[in-house]
Amino acid sequence: MQLELREKTSLGLAVTAPIAAVVAALIFSSVLIMWTGESVFHGYAMLVKGAFGSVFAITETLTKATPLILTGLAAAVAFKAKFWNIGGEGQLYCGALAATWVGTGMVSLPMVLMIPLLLIVGALAGGLALIIPVFLKTRLNVDEVVTTLLLNFIILLFVSFLLEGPLKDPMSLGWPQAAPIIDTGVLPVIVAKSRLHTGFIIAVIAAISIWALMRFSVWGFELRAVGQNQNAARFAGISINMTVLRVALISGGLAGLAGITEVAGTKGYLTLDISTGFGYTGIAVAMLANLNPVGVIFSAVFLASIYVGADSMSRAIEIPNYIADVIVAASVLSVLISLMLVKYKIRWR
Amino acid sequence: MPVLELNNINKSFGSLIANKDITLSLEKGEVLALLGENGAGKTTLMNILFGHYRADAGEIKVNGKKLVPGSTENAIDAGIGMVHQHFTLADNMSVLDNIMLGTESLLAFRTNKAKAKEKIHKLSQQFGLAVNPDTYVADISVGERQRVEILKVLYRNAKILVLDEPTAVLTPQEVDQLFKTLNLMLAQGLSIIFISHKLHEILQISHRVVILRRGKMAGEVATKNADRDMLAQMMVGREIERPKVDHLTPGKIVIELKDLSAGGHKQQTPELKQIRLQVHEHEIVGVAGVSGNGQSLLADVLSGVQASSSGNLYFMGENISKKSPRELVSMGIGRIPEDRHQDGVIGDMALWENFIIEDLRKLPFWTFGWLLNEKACRNYSDTLIKTHDVRCNNMDIQANLLSGGNMQKLILARALSHNPKFILANQPVRGLDEGAIAAVHEKLFEAKRKGAGILLISEDLDEIFSLSDRITVMYHGMLSKPVDIDKASIKDIGVMMAGDLALAKTIQEDSHAA
Repeated sequence: MQLELREKTSLGLAVTAPIAAVVAALIFSSVLIMWTGESVFHGYAMLVKGAFGSVFAITETLTKATPLILTGLAAAVAFKAKFWNIGGEGQLYCGALAATWVGTGMVSLPMVLMIPLLLIVGALAGGLALIIPVFLKTRLNVDEVVTTLLLNFIILLFVSFLLEGPLKDPMSLGWPQAAPIIDTGVLPVIVAKSRLHTGFIIAVIAAISIWALMRFSVWGFELRAVGQNQNAARFAGISINMTVLRVALISGGLAGLAGITEVAGTKGYLTLDISTGFGYTGIAVAMLANLNPVGVIFSAVFLASIYVGADSMSRAIEIPNYIADVIVAASVLSVLISLMLVKYKIRWR
Repeated sequence: MPVLELNNINKSFGSLIANKDITLSLEKGEVLALLGENGAGKTTLMNILFGHYRADAGEIKVNGKKLVPGSTENAIDAGIGMVHQHFTLADNMSVLDNIMLGTESLLAFRTNKAKAKEKIHKLSQQFGLAVNPDTYVADISVGERQRVEILKVLYRNAKILVLDEPTAVLTPQEVDQLFKTLNLMLAQGLSIIFISHKLHEILQISHRVVILRRGKMAGEVATKNADRDMLAQMMVGREIERPKVDHLTPGKIVIELKDLSAGGHKQQTPELKQIRLQVHEHEIVGVAGVSGNGQSLLADVLSGVQASSSGNLYFMGENISKKSPRELVSMGIGRIPEDRHQDGVIGDMALWENFIIEDLRKLPFWTFGWLLNEKACRNYSDTLIKTHDVRCNNMDIQANLLSGGNMQKLILARALSHNPKFILANQPVRGLDEGAIAAVHEKLFEAKRKGAGILLISEDLDEIFSLSDRITVMYHGMLSKPVDIDKASIKDIGVMMAGDLALAKTIQEDSHAA
């Protein structure tokens, strides 16, 4: 068996391949549903209903998609430059922590100023969380996969310490949680009686901005050049270290924003469980979107619908919601394979 | 009966036909030369013979017996041995271990090194292949490494040797030595397939020549009936007009290296040792040398991607030792990198993006210094594609879909479009076909007429001699005093390339005194 680069990829193939891949993943997962003794069609119908079956369901899915879009973008931007930022989770908490620090009474501004302030502070905190890994990578050639991954645990333990100690809300009845964000800092709800907040719009705007940045700006050009061929980029006069630093700040900043949307939007205050692994799931989101910033919106909504739908399904019928993880993992794998087949063709000999 | 027969071998990779209906045979005690340009299908054919690839159609017979396709073990057992163009030795092992590697049974408790040593000793006596089995491969010269490769093959009792471009890394004197060894092998009844694109070597060593062109057999002649022009014609398939050298009066100094040193890390041996050189306007200075003597490091320093450790570098009188690649390009230095794919282009980006990659943040391509003006980029690319005859369907295709020659034209177009005063051309025609070579050389001559000074680094002495006004030799990170072309002989340059250390030192002292 050999792989050969395709000279041309037809549009039909490029569109159908990822869809076929997701269908394949659903068929694969249906084996597990059958195992539980439930009907596959009924199971998937309940899943779709749980994710999109009512206004409430849709708002829940989009609420869940909000941080995933941002952490997905964080991974997509970094991976495009071959900077393997696995630390989205930690950067998310850094953003959340900064919002808590600034937004729980330290400053009090009208909403039009307070929300942008929180966003900026959160993005900065997320970006700065990558300064040490970048420094270690560019100066000492330390693998960023290791440093960013391990930093997640350090940051999480630090947040845990703060929530048990200095930041603990005295009104929390003993729960490890911080004081709520002041009213002018809370992201307004979009749909009445739902949790869906303006963070979703912020995330979509971020995705489009990142797309435009990659497509039209010199930064985007340099970032792609460094990612695709670092030697040629250096030879042409692009500063590798500068580009890596910039990519890291943007990537960390986006993950930090995800922390803001959760603390100032979905939850309202900082706890240790504002993220259910959004930083890690963001990597799957980015992979599923083939690192395309606009594609990230769709893949984030897709993954969010699987998680929300599976939760709802598991409440209605006897299928555990762990099926969501299986579907997501199978989708990512099959989409990766399909993307390879779009780029290469297989030759049997 | 021929010892080896290849019958109607066909092989294609996608739409590229690498071999079409190739039929050839090899007699005992014969040297069969396989001649063809880069990409003619020589290496593919030999990889099929050796079982690395499996032919789409056709069969191979050794001594009348059919060879199992796609099995390297079977090819070795049948007595076929391949000496690859790029050596396949482990640096961190001794010569002995490299030769024995893979010949011992996995189940054997201990290796019989004494016996192996004895066999190697006998073989090296028999064929004039001097090696020391106990030294590490990392510590031996390129010529010695090749001898180890050949011994490795002989140790496996090969009767048919395939030598893929064996002279590419050797000095002229080492080539003579290799040919002596080959003649000893023939006398012992071995047969040899000699792959090359160097005509004079083929005429010297072979009995018969098979010419490949674009994957097909373009002819077969007995060497005694062949001459250079005829072979060249058959190899290329058309007349090639070679650009003519003009000797112009050199002008001002454009680039000057003053006691320039660099490198010295483990990966960068040899380091550059206090190099002195001047290149003038209207002049091409050729740097000859066996590969791996510091040419890459010199090129890196002149390209701005590697900092020098001491000494100075002047361009038009200004010290540029600390300048970045981008600054060098803006000042008027054009650079043609050694490895097109690795350093020259970004393969996954479009052609038009590759044309402007040295002009980031500059008008008119970037409005306000950061916003892409795609129309300006496309117009500029369009002009360069036309003026430099870059053959492509459109400028949106990925750069790695270009052929080697067209990719090099892209790089040249990019470098020359700024009218550089100094051009660093590092192996500018390596791997190109004759037509593209002529085009690249013509562009360099044109730049020289316009007043540029050019430093040409090449491992191909023919290229050095046909382009340069002055020649200098690089050996172990040192540079000899340049010799005027009319006073230089291939023989003298060859001796310098072989790096008689004492000689190189006197040359170096000479150049410092000068």
